[in-house]
Amino acid sequence: MSTITRTHEDVTVEPTPARRTTPTELAAPGFLSDTWNVMVRELKPVFREPASVLFAMVQPLVFLGLFAPLLPEVETGSALQWFVPGIIAMTALMGASFTGANLTQEIVTGSHERLLVSPLNRSSLLVGRALKEVVPMLMQAAIVVAVVTPFSFDLNLVGVVVCLAMLSLFSIGVGSLSFALALVSKDQEWLFWTVQQTLVFPLLLLAGVLLPLEGAPGWLQTAADLNPLKYVVEAARHLFAGSFPADTIAAGFAGAAVVAVLGLVVGLRAMRHSS
Amino acid sequence: MTHTHPVIRTAGLTRTFTRHKQTVEAVRGLDVEVHEGELVAFLGPNGAGKSTTLRMLTTLIEPTSGTAEVAGYDVVRHRRDVRRSIGYVGQGNAAGHMQRGRDEVVSQGRAHGLSRAAAHARADELLEAFDLAEHSRRPVSTLSGGQRRRLDVAIGLVHSPRLLFLDEPSTGLDPQNRVNLQEQVQRLNRELGTTIVLTTHYLEEADAIADRVLVIDHGRLIADDSASRLKSALGDLVSLGFASPDAAAAAAARARRIPGATVKASGTDVAVRVAHGRDLAPSLVTALAEAGTPAVRIEVVGPTLDDVFLDLTGRSLRESNEITATEGAAA
Repeated sequence: MSTITRTHEDVTVEPTPARRTTPTELAAPGFLSDTWNVMVRELKPVFREPASVLFAMVQPLVFLGLFAPLLPEVETGSALQWFVPGIIAMTALMGASFTGANLTQEIVTGSHERLLVSPLNRSSLLVGRALKEVVPMLMQAAIVVAVVTPFSFDLNLVGVVVCLAMLSLFSIGVGSLSFALALVSKDQEWLFWTVQQTLVFPLLLLAGVLLPLEGAPGWLQTAADLNPLKYVVEAARHLFAGSFPADTIAAGFAGAAVVAVLGLVVGLRAMRHSS
Repeated sequence: MTHTHPVIRTAGLTRTFTRHKQTVEAVRGLDVEVHEGELVAFLGPNGAGKSTTLRMLTTLIEPTSGTAEVAGYDVVRHRRDVRRSIGYVGQGNAAGHMQRGRDEVVSQGRAHGLSRAAAHARADELLEAFDLAEHSRRPVSTLSGGQRRRLDVAIGLVHSPRLLFLDEPSTGLDPQNRVNLQEQVQRLNRELGTTIVLTTHYLEEADAIADRVLVIDHGRLIADDSASRLKSALGDLVSLGFASPDAAAAAAARARRIPGATVKASGTDVAVRVAHGRDLAPSLVTALAEAGTPAVRIEVVGPTLDDVFLDLTGRSLRESNEITATEGAAA
């Protein structure tokens, strides 16, 4: 009550939400500055509340803690060496596929509408959001690596950097798809989560993240061959171990690029039609 | 009041939606002009087409047919120019709930092309003016409804627009916050000359703050005037009570001789709707007493905008709102 009364008085004392600038004096920002502004806005909550990146990591960490110990020892060394790159790819998939939920919330509460009426370029509204996905993905990958390093896990620094570049591309694509799903779901949050949950686990299993695909029946092999994440995970395993077979790594980047292009095309379309 | 060139001009503005294979005409051929410095309220029940109109004027949706110019720009061909020229306060919250209030004011300033320094300075200025400074570093989700609404308005004003749209600005606010918001909107209009267009389904709100009320029903403009002129055109309601139905009938017959009066009699009650009713009532009461049918009870009520709406549509705006609310809850 006191706050409200004070509002009244304050506004009386300082009567004008003063005009210092007029719109005609302002230069129209271009696509790049719009994209940058959108990305900075999206990153604000991440930097203000860094622990929020853990939310999307619950499942990967559960698999790392409760599933990895069940894996049999392999000839080439520890099972973690095989498992961890997959888990990092899983983290990227989880984080980026959850991200549309934030947009769903903004659609429900109204801030998305405000951005649509602002002069921000529609494409920037998507691209800025998608590019931002790289940051939480890197934070999450760092957490996974930090967690497993004490457990006789070796990593090749150059390989890791190349791998993270590939996963960045992948995250941008998955993030865009997640935003597109949010834009299509509008205020129906259940629709977003149903589709997201339905797609994520088959994608993980068909990428050989949890168990190797060798020895899978033919139809499953075929399905896995169509899954871009499979190539990303294969390349990630080599890169983390410090081996650089050109064709596998090229296939990994190609898989990530396919997701990125598909995501951006679908996402931009959805954003342009958003109202 | 000096009304110069129109800041809003629509011609045959129409929007249809298709739902469940049925075409619904939300807005039908709207022709409206709003001039610089006006404070205009679109009044109508839920679903009348107010928000659809506002969403077309703010470039959120395209008209099905017809045209609209806002701040001199066509809302379809020059969307970005329209967006740069207007402030918009939607039905929801402008600030993302996971964000902090100040960050959102700054980001809106940057979106409008303010430099980093200017955006921060403007944010502080607005947060101060709206008494939000001490709450601006908290997540928006922890603010009260009234604080969030003030933040919405602050965000809408970042670039000092000449024209501000507010869609149902006071819905969901408690009476105290509603009055505060209305005062802020009026002050903006009076002190800075900002043209303001708002939608509301609160009669009192349109009555209290708008210079001009555009009454909308079923997607059509059915009245366009100041609230006081709309009401005075309708006249006062003089309600009389009598000792018997016969006396009431005789009194009704007498009242029907007043030029321009609309008379309804039921039982022992007679209701007379007539311009300047409060001035005519004393002589009417005297005349009825002299005729041997004295009134035993009298009440004179000035017209409300609800009466205007009832007169125009045959429905009460209050009831229309309640019915749509019930339908909404059932759906």
